[in-house]
Formats: sequence, structure tokens, C-alpha cells
Amino acid sequence: MASGVLVFGEATDDGGLNPVTKELIAAGSNLGGPVTCVLAGTGVEGLAQECVAAGAGKVIVVDDPILTPYQGDAYIPMAERITKEVDPSVLLMGQTMMGRDLAPRLAQRFSTAVAMDCMALSMDGDQLIAERPCYGGSARARYKINGTPQMATLRAKAVEPLAPDSSRQGEIVRQDAGVTADQVRTKITDRRKEKAEGVRLEDATVVISGGRGLGGPEGFKELEDLAEIMGGAVGASRAVCDLGWYPVPTQVGLTGKVVTPDLYIAVGISGASQHMAGISSVKNIVAINKDADANIFKASRFGVVGDWKEIFPAFKEKVRELKSA
Amino acid sequence: MPHIICLAKQVPDPETPAAQFKVDEAAKKVIPVPGIQPVPSQFDTIGVEAALRIKDDVADTIITIVSLGPDSNRDTIKHSLAMGADEGVHINDPAVNDSDHWATAETLAAAIKKLEPYDLIIAGRQAVDWDMGVVGTTIAEILDLPSVTIAKDVKMADGTVTVERVLLDGFETVEAPTPCVVTVSNELGEPRYPQLRQIMQAAKKEVKTWTIADLGIDTPQNRTTLEALFVPDTSIETEFIEGESAQEIGEKLAVRLNEEKLI
Ligand SMILES: Cc1cc2nc3c(=O)[nH]c(=O)nc-3n(C[C@H](O)[C@H](O)[C@H](O)COP(=O)(O)OP(=O)(O)OC[C@H]3O[C@@H](n4cnc5c(N)ncnc54)[C@H](O)[C@@H]3O)c2cc1C
Repeated sequence: MASGVLVFGEATDDGGLNPVTKELIAAGSNLGGPVTCVLAGTGVEGLAQECVAAGAGKVIVVDDPILTPYQGDAYIPMAERITKEVDPSVLLMGQTMMGRDLAPRLAQRFSTAVAMDCMALSMDGDQLIAERPCYGGSARARYKINGTPQMATLRAKAVEPLAPDSSRQGEIVRQDAGVTADQVRTKITDRRKEKAEGVRLEDATVVISGGRGLGGPEGFKELEDLAEIMGGAVGASRAVCDLGWYPVPTQVGLTGKVVTPDLYIAVGISGASQHMAGISSVKNIVAINKDADANIFKASRFGVVGDWKEIFPAFKEKVRELKSA
Repeated sequence: MPHIICLAKQVPDPETPAAQFKVDEAAKKVIPVPGIQPVPSQFDTIGVEAALRIKDDVADTIITIVSLGPDSNRDTIKHSLAMGADEGVHINDPAVNDSDHWATAETLAAAIKKLEPYDLIIAGRQAVDWDMGVVGTTIAEILDLPSVTIAKDVKMADGTVTVERVLLDGFETVEAPTPCVVTVSNELGEPRYPQLRQIMQAAKKEVKTWTIADLGIDTPQNRTTLEALFVPDTSIETEFIEGESAQEIGEKLAVRLNEEKLI
């Protein structure tokens, strides 16, 4: 009989634990656990204890160079074997590049289904209830999954991690990937970072985002100034990324990043549902927009109706003054 | 002759104004808005664009559009044909028109098998109605093909597909042997818009209609149950900052945020 929760944790490119791992462990615990966490990659063994402290009862470490960087063909046989061994009732991954790619393929291997990009998970008896946004963030859907394991991917920051507790006991086991190079049909020939300096958008406590209303790429200079004053990061709407005004990795929204700062300042952004999907858990949204009826104001705590070019400089200078006072 | 299969779904217009977007909670369906026509799912149209860019280089490439859904899906196929695709297959069968993602993937995979041989299958990274993002990769798994997700550029030459993939903080180049599945994202660029002459030509292109019986499979079963569909209420009270001049308003905003300990 399938039981417990299996989660697939992740390391970041620079070797730390991807925060979504702790959120997945917490989500699994909230569903009743016990939680087994898989950590796959290279040099990931050192992260196992952190997973135990975060609430994992067992950590399966699979340390193998074939697993870095991620390729579906390398991960699927490994994930399939571990899933068979653990035989979980619920299986969770992050809505990350890995989760997006791996979860559907793994689900197919077990003739089950996966609810992608979930914001809330709960149990109804033995049944997982997975709640997720759809229709570009305009609606929410709740699913049950008629297969085993019941799979879901979890959106970043949807669940609070448990407070780390170094006295927690957990079993840590090592396994081989059991994958050979000839099983990997794809080949990564190049990898490039687009924008690395400064605060990471996902980690920033202040995000200042610009939209088409900025009128051109130059407008972002002003936003960058304020971000520097506030120690924040600059984001963008898809419209401006599509126009080439700002780099693609800064896109916030449904098909960009989900951000969770304490303060989100939207400048010249209309607030389409697909953009709002990336800031749905932000409590303090400030909108500067010349259209009083813009959708962005509906979800904003503070609003300014006007031309950003006139308002923003005064706002920025006052923030600078208040910060240095 | 290279053969590319593009999957194309029809969806309610995602640009429907928020105020008009309504859900029938009992039926668990989105209520169609009078006067707003369904449209081809944006990422699928981008997929057709990706295929056409390959065809621009290798002129004898054949592009087949496969779409599953009710009668109106014909418009989506016609749009892709007008963009420059060669043939269409419309799977139209009440037994599967309303399937979940998994039954849809199984049905489409059966249709793709019938269209063998092929070199490349292109799907959108997700359909813009349910935003689930699983059909392309699931088809790869059913057909035991390699897959590469979230592409911004797709090239095909000498049995290798070279994909520029969008990562969180950059890009990677991935090579996959044909046949394989690629899902595309908006970073690929704007899809071309059909000219009137192409729309007229498209009317003459062949669209086959298939049912489950034509595919020779049993009706695939849904693997999910939709328990609820609703519109979340995300609106909050907004404090509008007002003043005599832009200068005053800008400064006031900073002061208010400071009072709330937000800066
Ligand atoms: C499938 C799909 C996925 C999508 N994913 C995303 C996503 O992840 N992220 C995303 O952002 N979008 C996404 N979109 C696009 C989304 O629907 C909108 O088109 C986009 O967010 C609009 O960007 P914008 O607000 O910058 O531009 P617009 O909608 O053009 O808004 C510009 C705003 O600026 C205001 N303005 C103009 N001039 C000034 C001025 N001088 N001062 C102040 N205000 C001014 C205007 O009043 C207007 O409200 C997606 C769309 C689809 C269909």
C-alpha cells in the first residue's frame, strides 16, 4: 500500500539548497508525512542534514555527475526507480525548471497525473486536493488525482518552511544514479547566464517592476537607481521583455518569475492577470499608472494615478532622503 | 522530406477583460463571452512559427497541424495553415473533446503515430487556458522520444534538433536526435500574421477529420477529477495618494511607505 510523501529537493547552481526544497518538505509534513526527500546532483551530500533539520524523515542522496546539469533523460530512470522503491502516496516537486520538465514525464511512467504549479495542497482522507491557478491567473482549479502516486508541483513560497531544528533525527542514505551516458539522448552544448549581479529577484524584499508605460528601455535606469537605494531588484512585465527593453530573466508573472517581496512597486504596468499571477502572494503592492481604471489598482494597497515620469523622480529622491536620515 | 507535427489548441481569448471573465462554478467551466471569439493558444501559434522558420530554410519541409476539440477548432487549424503550414488533422469526437490533459496526450500521441514518419513534434510550453504545461512532455514519454522544454529557438539539420532553452537566469543550448518533442515559449518571438492571399490559399489545404475509431484506440480515461473552478477575489482597498503637484504626490508616497515601515 502506497504511503507517505516523496519530495524531490533541488540544489541551486552555486551548490546551496534551493529554498523550495524546505517548502516541499513542509508541505509533505502538513499533508501527514512521513517525508522522504531525494537530493540529486553533484556535491549535494552536504545539504542532506539541512533537509533533516527542515523536517525530512529520510534523505536519499544521489550524487553523480551525470545528474548535473539537469537533463530529463538522466533524471527519469533515477526518479522512477526511487519512486518504485519508496512507493509514496503523494509525490511533490517544485515548479522549477526541473519540476516542469520531469514531473509530467514521471507521471506518465506511473500512468498517474500531476497538478502543476499548485498554490495550496491538502488531504481529504487519502485523497490529495491540489489547488492551482489557471486561465492566466484569472481562475483557480481544485483537482483530485486518480492514480498513484498523486503528484503535484508546488509554486515557490506557497508553503512556509518549518522552523529549522538541528535536533531532528533523520536517516541519510546514498544511492547510485544507476544511469549510463547512453541512456541520455540529449546533449547540452552551451550554458550562459544572462544577468547575475545584484539581488536575485526571487529573494528580494523589494521589487520595482516596469511595464510598457515606461515608454522605452531608458526608463529602467530610474527603476535601477531606486532599487539600488532600497537594496531591491528590478523586474519587468512580459510586454517589455518581448519588446527587448529589459532582459527575459527579469520577467515577472505566469510565464516568468513568481516573486514574494514585502513591497512590490509596479510602474506603468496595467496588471493583466498573467502578470498578477507572479505577485499573487505579495501583500504590499504600489502601483503608479496614468489610467485610474488600470487593473493593477484592484490588488494594490497604495496607488498613484499619474505620469510616472513626473512622479517617480520626486518619489525616488524622497526615499533616498528617508533612507539616509 | 522533413516532417514537423505542430500541436494546436483553441482556447478562450486570454485577453478577455478581467471584468468579463466569469466561471460557471456548478459546471466547472468558463462562460463564453458573447462577441469574443476563441483563439489559437498563443504558445501553439509560436510553435507553428518555429516550424515555419525551419521550413524557411528547408523548403520541402512538410508541417502538419494536429488539433483536438469541437467544430470551432477548425478555425485554429485554418489559422495555422494560413500562416504557412501544409496540412491539418482535426480530431473531433465527443468522447474526447472534453478530456483532461492525460487523455488528451494519449489521443494526440495515437494521432501522431498515424502520421509517421516524422522528425519533430512541436507543442506550446502550456495551453493558455489551463496553464498545466504537461501535454508535450507526456506525449514524448508515451512515444518514447527525447524532449526539450521551453525553447526560444529551434533548428533542425542532419537528424539533430538544436534548441535554445530558456532557463531561470539564462539560456542553454541542447541537442536532441530526431525524432523528438520540443515545447516552445514566447521568447521565440512574434508569430507571423497570415496575409489575405494566404488565408485564401489555406481554404484549399486539406484538413482531415478523425475520430477515436479512426485512431484505433480505446477512449483514453481521465486521470484527474476537477473538483472546483472559481474566480478568486484578490481585490483590496487601495489608498490613493493625491496632491497638488506630481512632486508632492511622489514625496507623499515615500512618506506613507516609510510610515508603514516598507522602505
Ligand atoms: C499566455 C500568456 C502568458 C503571459 N505571461 C505573462 C507574464 O508572465 N508576465 C507578464 O507581465 N505578462 C504576461 N502576459 C502578458 C499580459 O497579458 C500583458 O500583455 C502584459 O503583462 C502587459 O504588460 P504591461 O502592463 O507592461 O503593458 P500594458 O498592458 O500595455 O500596460 C501599460 C500600462 O502603462 C500605463 N502607462 C502608460 N504610460 C504611462 C505613464 N507615462 N505613466 C504611468 N503609467 C503609464 C498604461 O495606463 C497601462 O496601464 C502573458 C500573456 C499571455 C497571453
